[in-house]
Amino acid sequence: MRGYFGKKTAIVAALLASTSMAMAEDVEVLHWWTSGGEAAALNVLKDDLAAKTIGWVDMPVAGGGGEAAMTTLRARVTAGDAPTAVQMLGFDILDWAAEGKLANLNTVATEEGWDAVVPAALQAFAKVDGNWVSAPVNVHSTNWVWANKSVLDGLGIAQPTTWEEFVAAMQAVKDSGKTALAHGGQAWQEATMFDGVVLSVGGVEFYKKAFIDLDPAALGSEQMTEAFNRMATLRGFVDDNFSGRDWNLASAMVINNEAAFQIMGDWAKGEFLKAGKVPGTDFLCFRVPGSQGMVAFNSDQFAMFAQAEAGAQTAQGEMARAIMAPSFQSAFNVVKGSVPARTDVPNDAFDDCGKKGMAELAEAASAGTLVGSIAHGHANKAAVKNAIYDVVTAHFNGEYDAATATTNLVSAIEAAQ
Amino acid sequence: MAYQSTGVDFRTRLQDWIPKLVLSPSLAAMLIFVYGFIFFTVYLSFSSSKMLPSYDLIGFENYAKLWDLSAWWVAVVNLMIFASLYIIICTAIGLTLAILLDQKIRGEGVLRPIYLYPMALSFIVTGTAWKWIMDPGIGIENSMHLWGWTSFQFSWIKDRDMAIYTVVIAAVWQTSGFVMAMFLAGLRGIDNEILKAAQIDGASNFSLYRRIVIPMLRPAFLSAFVILAHLAVKSYDLIIALTGGGPGRATELPATFMYSYTFTRNSMGIGAASAVIMLMTIAAIMTPYLYAELKEKS
Amino acid sequence: MASVEQDTAVRTGGISRVFIYGILLIFMLFYMMPLFVMVANSLKPLHEITGGNMMALPQVWTLEPWRQAWSAAQIGVEPTGLKPYFLNSIFMVVPAVVISTILGALNGYVLTKWSFRGDKIIFGLLLFSCFIPFQIVLIPMATVLGKLGLAGSIPGLVLVHVVYGIGFSTLYFRNYYASFPTELVRAAMIDGAGFFRIFWRIMLPVSGPIIVVTVIWQFTNIWNDFLFGASFGGRNQPMTVALNNLVQSSTGVKEYNVHFAGAILAALPTLIVYIVAGRFFVRGLMAGSVKG
Repeated sequence: MRGYFGKKTAIVAALLASTSMAMAEDVEVLHWWTSGGEAAALNVLKDDLAAKTIGWVDMPVAGGGGEAAMTTLRARVTAGDAPTAVQMLGFDILDWAAEGKLANLNTVATEEGWDAVVPAALQAFAKVDGNWVSAPVNVHSTNWVWANKSVLDGLGIAQPTTWEEFVAAMQAVKDSGKTALAHGGQAWQEATMFDGVVLSVGGVEFYKKAFIDLDPAALGSEQMTEAFNRMATLRGFVDDNFSGRDWNLASAMVINNEAAFQIMGDWAKGEFLKAGKVPGTDFLCFRVPGSQGMVAFNSDQFAMFAQAEAGAQTAQGEMARAIMAPSFQSAFNVVKGSVPARTDVPNDAFDDCGKKGMAELAEAASAGTLVGSIAHGHANKAAVKNAIYDVVTAHFNGEYDAATATTNLVSAIEAAQ
Repeated sequence: MAYQSTGVDFRTRLQDWIPKLVLSPSLAAMLIFVYGFIFFTVYLSFSSSKMLPSYDLIGFENYAKLWDLSAWWVAVVNLMIFASLYIIICTAIGLTLAILLDQKIRGEGVLRPIYLYPMALSFIVTGTAWKWIMDPGIGIENSMHLWGWTSFQFSWIKDRDMAIYTVVIAAVWQTSGFVMAMFLAGLRGIDNEILKAAQIDGASNFSLYRRIVIPMLRPAFLSAFVILAHLAVKSYDLIIALTGGGPGRATELPATFMYSYTFTRNSMGIGAASAVIMLMTIAAIMTPYLYAELKEKS
Repeated sequence: MASVEQDTAVRTGGISRVFIYGILLIFMLFYMMPLFVMVANSLKPLHEITGGNMMALPQVWTLEPWRQAWSAAQIGVEPTGLKPYFLNSIFMVVPAVVISTILGALNGYVLTKWSFRGDKIIFGLLLFSCFIPFQIVLIPMATVLGKLGLAGSIPGLVLVHVVYGIGFSTLYFRNYYASFPTELVRAAMIDGAGFFRIFWRIMLPVSGPIIVVTVIWQFTNIWNDFLFGASFGGRNQPMTVALNNLVQSSTGVKEYNVHFAGAILAALPTLIVYIVAGRFFVRGLMAGSVKG
């Protein structure tokens, strides 16, 4: 009921937002960006808003990639006390919009011309029924490989461009006594590798058919078994001690010359930079071999919850405007390791990996090879995502073979829908 | 006089009511916040709730789905293994330490708080430390290797079949000292004259404990059981901090299962169904205890 | 009532005493190990942790992580450290412990000394409430707090902790008062003493040990709670939520030394309570709860 009224009043608010900016108000922001770098990046936004006399009430709840924050959010919404803006991923935004709890940002979006600059694949998660409900902050992509250049050079390995070369390279590293693939055995990390592997097996078409349309034929196909086989191959190149390791400790293995490769989203770059490593000279970033030209993305957005008071709505609109400002998009993403959510942001401030990511995002967006990440809730709803986690992680940990994994994937996804 | 007598009358009637009045806020809170919410959960378990509560009833569908999920079976089996080992080992260690500490030990005042302190810490605090200690790459195994014992192996936390036992170790660490305190209190409450009499009769130390002391600790055993059972069923932080349910899904417990289905998988109906089954299990275990406890007193 | 210092009359010989001390020491090491890991790593610079033996003592000793965790670490967008959250926790814990202890004492007193028809069932209902998993009450509790206008406030948190603390505090006091001679209460009643007078003059003066047990139990449970604090704390998040924000970051750099220093800081109040009141704790348990 609140949501219904909320939607209507939000429209009024958005109208007000464009006309009056006099009211000083607070925005309350629920998020899980609590590490030093992330928080520093958010501070840019906080300062932008302070310049418009809008206060920032911080509600950080870290843990489990936003799981704890989403639980808090549910309690807050149930209590009738929704925050102004909530950091959110993919399908969660659509689910909250379906519950009628989100505000309408169309006025700000039209004024600022969001439709023209935000890639369509991203708009699919920020617009519901033609109405903007959230403001995307960044685009992460998951099908990256991070490689230690000196380890590769020492063994005379060139940057692999095909899956076979990648396997051969890992074998050479393994033979030399180092760990070939640094990996942390947590369900989401295995699923993150799975993103790149599925793309490398069947390309965008297969990826979409299987994991976005959830076509049982594609899910149960030979190609899927091949994808699981490749996961098993990767499993053969991780060290014995991978289970439960945090992803950043896996990155540290690459940084400290103990391991050659890590398959991880672009947030891993921050670890390398913090350790004083330079892209291109100390470490390499390239797409999972076989998935060049394709980008599996996930995007952090601030979903705007419907507010009852006009002042709060004004502040909310201003916050959305500030998030989408090119200056903020650049400043934030340079710090965070991701790339801007709009394609017209200058790339001057970014490092080589960042520039590469921006160029590839723009290409993929125009070529239609930009797909939502399975692992990070941009391919399907939470229930399906977790069902996929279950199968991928069970197979990776040796519970069953690739053929069984394919069968189980079909039934698990069917049960979760 | 008449005036005074009605006053007394009023006061005694008030006295009759006061105990019930004093009890009533607690009772009311309990009926709403515990039993009302349990009823609400039962209702949700029959509803089509996904992300937020919904009130469309769909019969037993959630229960059917629940028992079809292999993850739920894993969680249930894990709880049985975990709870039985946890309760048995904690009781055994607690009792042993209490008996040993009761032997006129020098430095008892130092040892007791050391045994007790883990109960003061939550696993948000100690989880990472435990994770490291158990991790073969950086923890005990690695240290033993560095100190020259290269054949030493302790990699249970990485092993699907053994990981649940590492959870038992950390859980025992947390509560066995508390159980020790309960038994120690029980031991100190036993009249020494009984023990002296038995010793004069020539009973050995072992049979003294087995035949006289341990049977007298029955109330301590019962209290320990209740506290351990409730901690075992509620264990949630422990799993999240130590293994995150892994490797794979090998260490999920019903509490983590329920949380993940209710809050992260947006399947509130299934989550509620699992909660109802947990509550029914607790009731089945607790009712005999409560019955015995209450009957004894009357 | 035997004193806590009194030991058993059982005699043991020299060899077995060595054995006893040996076992006690092994367990001491077992219990100390995690604390050792936390303290040792909190005193190291970060590169020594990620690059070396995590079980080893620091090569370079530093207090910097402690300073960071207390007053400079990034908690959300503000580099405040854990300091401001400490008070939130205190404001939540103190009233919640006091209220739930008082209610537990009164309930235990009624249930043992003023028995009436149905009191056993009421006690059974209260006891069973100890076993409710907190995850299931989250959503309905949020609805109720919203209706009461207490969502996101410290009074709301106090209410939640009192409600779910009553079960255990009542259990402790009831078992303690059950062993207190009812004849004394009867005699006082015949002398004309009322309900509260008897409680104040007769029951309370002997309740010291069990108050200690209840306060320790409630204090640790409420201080360590994360789920309710994160869900209902609003702008007044308690220290555990701040600690969690410090320790758990999904895609950022992890400063383990600061995390460990923060973890110990967040645990200090409960540790102090255990160490200071630990002596009375066994005495309290002895006097009450384990006698059943």
